Amino acid sequence: MTFSRLIVAAFALSASAAAAQQTDLTIALQLEPPHLDPTSAAAGAIDSVLYANVFEGLTRFDQTGAVQPALAQSWEISDDGLTYTFTLAEATFHDGTSFDAEDVKFSLDRARADDSVNAQKPLFEAIETVEVVDARTVRLTLSKPEGNLLFNLAWGDAVIVAPESIETIKSAPVGTGPFRFADWRQGDSITLTAFDDYWGKAPALTEATFKFISDPTAAFAAVMAQDVDAFAGFPAPENLPIFEADPRFQVLVGSTEGETILAMNNGEAPFDNPKVRAAVAHAIDRQAVIDGAMYGYGTPIGTHFAPHNPDYLDLTNLSAFDPEQAKALLAEAGYPDGFETTLKLPPPSYARRGGEIIASQLRAVGIETQITNLEWAQWLEEVFRGKDFGLTIVSHTEPMDISIYARPDYYFQYGAPELVAVFDALGATSDPAERTTLLQDAQRMIAEDHVNAYLFQLAFPTVADARLEGLWQNQPTQATDLTAVRWTQ
Amino acid sequence: MWFYLARRLLSLGVSLIAASAVIFLVVEIAPGDPAAYMLGINAQPETLAALRTELSLDLPAPARYWHWITGMLGGDFGTSYTYRTPVADMVADRLTVSLPLAVMALVLAVAVALPAGLFAASRRGKPGDVAVMGAAQLGVAVPNFWFAMLLVLGFAITWRIFPSGGFPGWDQPLQALRALTLPTIALALPQAAILARVLRSSLIDALHEDYIRTARAKGLTPGQALRRHGLRNALIPVLTLMGLQFSFLLAGAIIIEQVFYLPGLGRLIFQSISQRDLITVESVTMLLVFAVIVVNFLTDVAYAVADPRLRRQGRRA
Amino acid sequence: MSRALILGMVLTLTVLAGAALSLVWTPYDITQMSIPDRLQGPSGAHWLGTDHFGRDILSMLMLGARTSIAVALVAVGIGAGVGVPLGLTAAARRGGLVDEAISRLSDLVFAFPSLVIAILITASFGASALNAILAIGIFNIPVFARLTRGAALPVWQREFILAARTFGKGAGRISVEHILPNLTNLLIVQCTIQFSLGILAEAGLSYVGLGAQPPTPSWGRMLADAQTLVTLAPHVALIPGLTIVLTVLGLNLLGDGLRDALDPRLKVIRA
Repeated sequence: MTFSRLIVAAFALSASAAAAQQTDLTIALQLEPPHLDPTSAAAGAIDSVLYANVFEGLTRFDQTGAVQPALAQSWEISDDGLTYTFTLAEATFHDGTSFDAEDVKFSLDRARADDSVNAQKPLFEAIETVEVVDARTVRLTLSKPEGNLLFNLAWGDAVIVAPESIETIKSAPVGTGPFRFADWRQGDSITLTAFDDYWGKAPALTEATFKFISDPTAAFAAVMAQDVDAFAGFPAPENLPIFEADPRFQVLVGSTEGETILAMNNGEAPFDNPKVRAAVAHAIDRQAVIDGAMYGYGTPIGTHFAPHNPDYLDLTNLSAFDPEQAKALLAEAGYPDGFETTLKLPPPSYARRGGEIIASQLRAVGIETQITNLEWAQWLEEVFRGKDFGLTIVSHTEPMDISIYARPDYYFQYGAPELVAVFDALGATSDPAERTTLLQDAQRMIAEDHVNAYLFQLAFPTVADARLEGLWQNQPTQATDLTAVRWTQ
Repeated sequence: MWFYLARRLLSLGVSLIAASAVIFLVVEIAPGDPAAYMLGINAQPETLAALRTELSLDLPAPARYWHWITGMLGGDFGTSYTYRTPVADMVADRLTVSLPLAVMALVLAVAVALPAGLFAASRRGKPGDVAVMGAAQLGVAVPNFWFAMLLVLGFAITWRIFPSGGFPGWDQPLQALRALTLPTIALALPQAAILARVLRSSLIDALHEDYIRTARAKGLTPGQALRRHGLRNALIPVLTLMGLQFSFLLAGAIIIEQVFYLPGLGRLIFQSISQRDLITVESVTMLLVFAVIVVNFLTDVAYAVADPRLRRQGRRA
Repeated sequence: MSRALILGMVLTLTVLAGAALSLVWTPYDITQMSIPDRLQGPSGAHWLGTDHFGRDILSMLMLGARTSIAVALVAVGIGAGVGVPLGLTAAARRGGLVDEAISRLSDLVFAFPSLVIAILITASFGASALNAILAIGIFNIPVFARLTRGAALPVWQREFILAARTFGKGAGRISVEHILPNLTNLLIVQCTIQFSLGILAEAGLSYVGLGAQPPTPSWGRMLADAQTLVTLAPHVALIPGLTIVLTVLGLNLLGDGLRDALDPRLKVIRA
């Protein structure tokens, strides 16, 4: 900001009280959290409200997905990689109780306990003991080297909670973050207010209300009518051009960790046949799916890896759209007349709309699909746990989750021994160059074997008032970090 | 009379038990595990088991049914699996939206239907009657969710007179009323159309009655005769219908609550079903069914007190 | 015939004809998607425009009519098929235990919030046209049971029934041979009403994603799909909505017209 603009701004401010800087924000999200304990549920909606706002962990993700210090301001790692010593910030919980090493020990032990209900318990698998050295120092001893420990501790499931308030965490969460929980009008909104004794840099906002609007039409109406100041994860991409053309709004389209795939049941005929899988992959016109289901928002992918990751390989040409080749492959596989299978679709529109388009593309090469729309609970039961499906469409939103291909019991049931070997080698090395090579090997293997049909990387659209700045554009983890958000006029 | 009452009370009890069993069965056979839904795709088997124990989901179904109904008899509707708050509190909370919405919709429906029905009946066969009844025909035929969509498009997006949805809470009464305006209209219109038609036809029936002829003979116009003498008698079927409509409005507003994202009772059930929050689904459904059954019972008893013949025949004979 | 009846017949026949025609021919093949042609307004090529996948809306409506009609028709069939015998039985055993049981059962079904039960049925057995039929059909049963019982009771008092009784005919035979024929007009009118309610209910169910599954077109789902597009391409939301309104209007006019033509004093149930 230039000096003259500063003067103008100052003048405007003194000239009229109405021009005073707005410091409250109403931001809409699609999904409401079921409760407010990020350490005992998988629901990303909990993190979308609380991560970095109310709760903090030892480390945290920034907007690019890089791991940054949080409650742990610094750390030392022993040469054998088995001991991590963290130096803690001088923080206070929102209820006035102090934050110290005991709270860290309590939180991590609670997450690791036998009766823990932490949805991401494997994150803490390598931790052997958590020791309180003194009030500001905590030491973690690992049972095996874990190159991802700092990454793991940055997850929302690893935030620090206080033993004093743990009983009521689900309805009245108490953390150390820049905002404190104020009110939850169930079915409608959650309000946070700035926490005056925050240990770090104070946020510009004094109050933030998260409003939950699951219906895409309602979402459009609410933004258009300016009932909300921003909508993070706007659910109707078809409407984005309208907002882009409207000077009242800004549209941010960011990246996510969501690889959207047409998963195939590798454990069952006919998808246990690589030729059939290749045929499916070649039958699909990714661009038509992206255009038709997401109105052009989304980056085509040819393997299960995020395109914004430096280790990403563009392998889309391995499964280029080629219906003739698909038909030929089907004939080679012994299905000259195609076959019938199921296509089970969870609720998001990428799956429902994408599914209809893919069904029509598959029909063109002779594969008839029977579409079944499922709710998430049914999808988890039938597809994910029951493995009762032929095809399904889902976006895998966990960061760096290509290792699921090494698990033969995972729902699409791949786990080829050669791939498992690659991941074993990956676990044993911390050399960056070698890790890149191995990760790229894995990407190539699953693309060449057409384990699944890789569609696109899910985009994350945010529509906001044009005067807002500091909102996260990308979604490296599910979060709506408000610490840097402010009104510019 | 006492025999009749005892019999009705007995069948009331049987109805309630049957209803609770049906609800429990239908909810329990729905595939999907609440714990799995909560913990997502990376959950370890032992983590799932721990949560199931925490939620008492590891008990056999008959034991859970017993817990549920004995709890309800004592006024305990259980604790929501997902929200982890007492279901009774959530219901009380949601009723602050659903109840006013239902009342307002019914009041609006009556306010529109009463004059419309009177007007049409007093001008039977004339252009005014045809116009009003044509409008009512249209009102009955319009899907209320589509009507709601049009209302939002017009009043919230284009003209920006009313909010597109949401509910700010009653501590801002004016804003709350504004937020409920469009949903009320969307809910009331089809009900008003139905009411107007019923009112008109029962008024027309009344026109043939002797007391109206007498009133006409005394020199009253058809409209005057209807308003002074016909209306009260024609109201009985209308009131019966309104009773039915009210319970419909309370629970049946699911789609409208969805369109306007109102935190009401209907949306609570809808959400709970998709999250497999079984206990909430069971208790809320049971409450709604209970309300209707009890209202039916009271209506029957009232009819029976008023007209002893009905005791033998049963209602609506 | 009244003008309302004629209008009702015209509207109803148009929808029926469209559905019947779709069995052999539609203007376009709706299994073919063409994303670049999506959301076009009405034109010479596409009389009612195209939807979000570039499919011809007129063709979708014609095929959707089939779904609506099939679901509503079978649901009314279930309602009448089960409800009428129940109502006849209750009337024949008036005041008895069977009568009481049937009445309470009707009350019980009426007491359940229908949409909630429909959603539950879907959650248990999956979303399909069949389950939509079931959900709507179940709630048609008590309507027909009540109507039939109420209308049958006065017939039982008539002299020719007494005559039949003295001939030693059983209650079942009397119900079928003498009571039922007297209820025909009433039942026809009520069927028309339930049919139009069924069309509305199907639209509502498939609007919330509970009816026929894609690619089978359905009017309610067309509306649901079009919802977010109202500002971009209003016709996508307006046309299916208007189609539902006109269809239901047509059936209601037909029902009312039939009643007036057959017997204006018929007491139908409108719930």
